[in-house]
Amino acid sequence: MSVWLSQHGDAFRTALRRLAASPVNTLLSLLAIGVALALPAGGQMLVANVMQLARNSAPTPQISMFLELDADKRAGQELQARLKEHPGVKVFKLIPRDETLTRMKSREGLADVIEALPRNPFPDAITVLPEDDRPEAMEKLAAEFRKWPKVAQVQLDSDWARRLAALLKIGRTGVVLLALLLGVGLVAITFNTIRLQVMTRRAEIELSRLLGATDAFIRRPFHYFGILLGLAGGIVAWGIVAAATWWLSAPITDLARLYSLDFALRPLSAIDSALLLIAAAGLGWLGASISLRQHLADD
Amino acid sequence: MIKFDHASKRYPPGMNALADVSFEIADGELVTVGGHSGAGKSTLLKLISAMERPTGGAVLVHGQNVGSLKRSAIPYLRRNLGVVFQDQKLLFDRNAFENVLLPLTISGFPPHEARRRAQAALDKVGLLERQRAMPIMLSGGEQQRLAIARAVVGRPNLLLADEPTAHLDAETAADVARIFREFHAVGVTVLIATYDNGLFPTARRLVLDHGRLQ
Repeated sequence: MSVWLSQHGDAFRTALRRLAASPVNTLLSLLAIGVALALPAGGQMLVANVMQLARNSAPTPQISMFLELDADKRAGQELQARLKEHPGVKVFKLIPRDETLTRMKSREGLADVIEALPRNPFPDAITVLPEDDRPEAMEKLAAEFRKWPKVAQVQLDSDWARRLAALLKIGRTGVVLLALLLGVGLVAITFNTIRLQVMTRRAEIELSRLLGATDAFIRRPFHYFGILLGLAGGIVAWGIVAAATWWLSAPITDLARLYSLDFALRPLSAIDSALLLIAAAGLGWLGASISLRQHLADD
Repeated sequence: MIKFDHASKRYPPGMNALADVSFEIADGELVTVGGHSGAGKSTLLKLISAMERPTGGAVLVHGQNVGSLKRSAIPYLRRNLGVVFQDQKLLFDRNAFENVLLPLTISGFPPHEARRRAQAALDKVGLLERQRAMPIMLSGGEQQRLAIARAVVGRPNLLLADEPTAHLDAETAADVARIFREFHAVGVTVLIATYDNGLFPTARRLVLDHGRLQ
């Protein structure tokens, strides 16, 4: 075990030495990887912030149930009884047609129009707050209410939620696409860097084989090299996103205040940061592995 | 220890480097392989260290048929051999000590033990004082002694050397030959490909001519 650890320690130190041996090349590679990873990481941070903003500032989604005009008081009571027993309903409230009429009359410009009407045109209505406010769950609940007797119309007040969910879905998909695309870029950078390393260390590799080195022994420092390159690039990306967050935070907070919103830009979460670093290291390892398979296979 | 049983090596497009070669070397022997340039001396050493595979017959080292060894088993065969290469194959970006340390690192020696052995090997060839020197700073003779130190640092029981005294002046060549004789004196089996048999007067001689043993 100690020999195994010692060999890994040697390989790790060798990889560090190789990174330090050509500082300019290493720095340029790290910047390229950092910028490439900063784009999807920054995108993820923005999507997370928009979701947070939406949760904090949007009204609670509800379902409005309008009864038929000839529905009597008893029909309204029956519907309320059903809603009370329904497991998908959190809270509901009956709004009698007279109350609606009174409220509408109090609105500027509507009083005269309503006074001119021969009778109350408004139906009784019930507003329902569902237990599950996801758009698909609300849609299902609304469809069920539409089948109930004496229900003329059911209106889903979750259009905003659906639009936002659609927008966020596009945003998340964009982030994933960007991450995939730029992840391939990171693999390509590591692939090429390892290829150059293999070329410049051809004599050492050949000698190591002649002295009894296994394939694993020869590949190990290159794998560590790829992991370190990816990890360091991930740290650079994290730094870029953190700096951008710090820079944009004050102007965005000021803008939010203009819309009466209490909002502050949040940096990448601990989980997102950890995922960024793990993914960067993993992609570095992948680039190194592909390169070694290509360039050491026939040695 | 080493047995060639009708061993042949044929390179495409039909050049016979070795043809039907048979001999045995016992434990503790000192043997030289002579012959003109291109006679097959280097090929013979390469077959023993599995750098090449025979195209006919068999080559046995420590009872193992080298020609049929799996690729994954070759590193472990090589760790038990000490090889001084014709072109030395020193790493010029590492100092003398680090060059000698490499085989021990590959074999997985604990770091403390590896450092002790590397210094002992450098001391044996008279280079301990120059352990921090880069190979480029060493003379031709010192470079050859460094290559020998690297070959023996793992304390192999079989030492192979390919033209170890080539390109050295007479005095340095004699000094290098003395080092090989000293290893032989402590029980190491030594096989040297050389055009100058006079440096090893007590050695058993094998002579190759156009790939055939004379």
